[in-house]
Amino acid sequence: MTTGEPTKSRSGVLLDSVRSSSWQSRIAVALIAALLILLLVQAAQEPGEFASQLVIGITNGAIIALIALGYTLVYGIIELINFAHGDNFMLGSFVGLTVLSGTFFGIGLFAPINGESSAFLKVIGIGIALVVAMAACGLINMGIERVAYKPLRNSPRLAVLITAIGMSFILQNVGLVWKGPTQVPFPELISNANVFNESVVAFRWRDLFVIVVTVPLLAGLSYFIRSTKQGKAMRAVAQDKEAASMMGINVNRTISITFLLGGILAGASGVMFGLFNGITVFSVGFTQGLYAFTAAVLGGIGNLTGAVVGGFLIGIIGSMSDQYIGVRWTAIVIFAVLILVLVFRPRGLLGDRSAVQGGGE
Amino acid sequence: MYRVRRVGMLAAVGVVSALLIVGCGGGSGGSQGGGGGGDSVKIVSDLPLQGANRAQTTTMNNAIELALKERKGKAGDVTVELEKKDDATAQAGQWDPSKCAENAQQAAQDDSVVGWIGPFNSGCAATEIPTLNEAGLGMISPANTYIGLTKKGGEPDEPDKYYPTGKRNYARVIVADDKQGAAGAQLLQQEGAKSVYILDDKQTYGKGLADQFEKAAKNSGIQVLGREGIDGKASNYRSLMSKISQSNPDAIYFGGIIENNAAQIIKDKVGAGMSNEDVLFVGPDGIFVDSLIDQAGKDAEGIYVTFGGLPESELSAKGQAFVKKYRSTYDDDIQPYTAYAYEAANVMLDAVEKASKKAGGVPDREAVVKEIFATKDYNGVLGKWSFDKDGDTTLTKLSIQKVENGKFKFQRTVDVADLVQ
Repeated sequence: MTTGEPTKSRSGVLLDSVRSSSWQSRIAVALIAALLILLLVQAAQEPGEFASQLVIGITNGAIIALIALGYTLVYGIIELINFAHGDNFMLGSFVGLTVLSGTFFGIGLFAPINGESSAFLKVIGIGIALVVAMAACGLINMGIERVAYKPLRNSPRLAVLITAIGMSFILQNVGLVWKGPTQVPFPELISNANVFNESVVAFRWRDLFVIVVTVPLLAGLSYFIRSTKQGKAMRAVAQDKEAASMMGINVNRTISITFLLGGILAGASGVMFGLFNGITVFSVGFTQGLYAFTAAVLGGIGNLTGAVVGGFLIGIIGSMSDQYIGVRWTAIVIFAVLILVLVFRPRGLLGDRSAVQGGGE
Repeated sequence: MYRVRRVGMLAAVGVVSALLIVGCGGGSGGSQGGGGGGDSVKIVSDLPLQGANRAQTTTMNNAIELALKERKGKAGDVTVELEKKDDATAQAGQWDPSKCAENAQQAAQDDSVVGWIGPFNSGCAATEIPTLNEAGLGMISPANTYIGLTKKGGEPDEPDKYYPTGKRNYARVIVADDKQGAAGAQLLQQEGAKSVYILDDKQTYGKGLADQFEKAAKNSGIQVLGREGIDGKASNYRSLMSKISQSNPDAIYFGGIIENNAAQIIKDKVGAGMSNEDVLFVGPDGIFVDSLIDQAGKDAEGIYVTFGGLPESELSAKGQAFVKKYRSTYDDDIQPYTAYAYEAANVMLDAVEKASKKAGGVPDREAVVKEIFATKDYNGVLGKWSFDKDGDTTLTKLSIQKVENGKFKFQRTVDVADLVQ
């Protein structure tokens, strides 16, 4: 919560922090540096391999980052870990799948949009699926806040936390009843082919799709929080709820909108996940949610830029570990890096300044 | 007043979630009820009724029911009741070790249970066998193929650790994985593959099978380029497939079950530029179920599946009669293990019948186990076969399937009698 850094030069600050750092953190830095050097050596030897894995890491990371933003937004404003968020993401992918199937509650409205549809229909279908899923997840997230968290706002924090875990189970079971316990396939709407012909690096249309959806969403979110009146209100509520309400800011509404934003991002990433991987399952919210939460903590929970950085980092670390260490070690590597970072910087890479204070810059 | 409302709301949320959870867990352990009298016994079927293999396991239960119906619900003079247990949980989306243990405990304590048909997954069998061994209950599995359950070749302390009493009570009608692994290696040779990358799902069955396959592949001179254990819950396997494609294998072998994301593996394999023509994909019986093709779509086209038995089209004349009867009785499509469940049920019912005749009434568990292991030259839907002393079948024919036009198509049988040992 420090505003205004001391007026020392940057290098002086760095020297000071090295001098005052503990042995553990020095070891952690040395380890991370060693890992990075090893990675760079590998990259220099086989640049094609490295670049392909980097692309895979970035696209996987983009999906994680969008979910992580939902965790971090909510934490920044009411200091609650919204465990139901990952499952909301899962519902998003289910909503998208239902929209593309063209059948709602057993009533067929239009022919299912699948690989055989025309390009125009595909684009429209994906657009509608994204919008509907974003709206649905946003409203679900807002509803959850109204029903399960708002009544507990002044009770001990553990009570809300348990409620959040309970909500997560409820959403998971809704998904289970909806689509059953097996993996469900998504229609193949986006080509698996490379964008650039005869390139060594695998950069597919699907990767492009993820980036094309993610970047505007991130930019839009950033604009919303920085430049709109409502964004300003969010930053104020995050800083001090009571003072904000004294200034005439509607705190309840602001919190609702924060949940709405988180849900919108979860819905978008849910549809993206399905189109990108081709398969979704009711339990996907748990696994992806866990990685997203880890990403938020890695970057500094409550910090928007941190969540994005954390998401991309986890994606990239995962793919690098798959390539150079071994798939069976990937989960261990990801969490080992998390522990290393937290030993070195207990508040995450970019610090846990409240998201909406415009933190992380 | 406010506090009361809040408590009320919490309670409501709690009740709703409890209902949902109960609702999802429902359908399990539904005993058939009724029966009664002294001359009635129970046999249990224990299969994963939730998850991607459901399409398969429901037909297996149908087949067991059919076997019982053909005998008018009786084994000799004793009325037999079928109790269908579910060893899967919706939360896991597949078999769940704690559910397996719970089912076994229940059956062990229920004195009216004299036989056990199942389980489907080898990992589940590893949890159940010791409990049921102590209870002295005879088990016949239609589908477990992990080698260490009955004989040496798995972990060093297997199979003895599964049989604390020292007496065998577990038999299976399907060919074990030493043979399936060998069949996989033979398939690669026949298709001209010289190198292979091996994946497994880190479960008892998947890892055990991949071990057997690796051994067989090395013996037949196929180069093993690498081996990885995958996380069945990962969102995708693109990094892994990108890595594998750099080593340019002729084939990829997956030891595992469909529930552990087999369809995603296939999609990402094809997505990484390794088409099923250029790089063969070979999987085991654990992914041999129609849901795989639904899930993987057109990317499943051209993959191979080995099966420790024969598909329904290759069964004996007796087998064909069963297929016909099944089709006229039930609507759902026959799956690979349907006939095996039917055979297991018949062997079990015969054993109960013989034991009850000798006892002159309700047989005890020990007598049923004895009769199961005495099964010799059994003339069933699978052909003529016997159980050896380990409880393994003497059959040696396996089959190779390939996905063509969105369906598993039988390719050829493999006789591994001279391949192993």
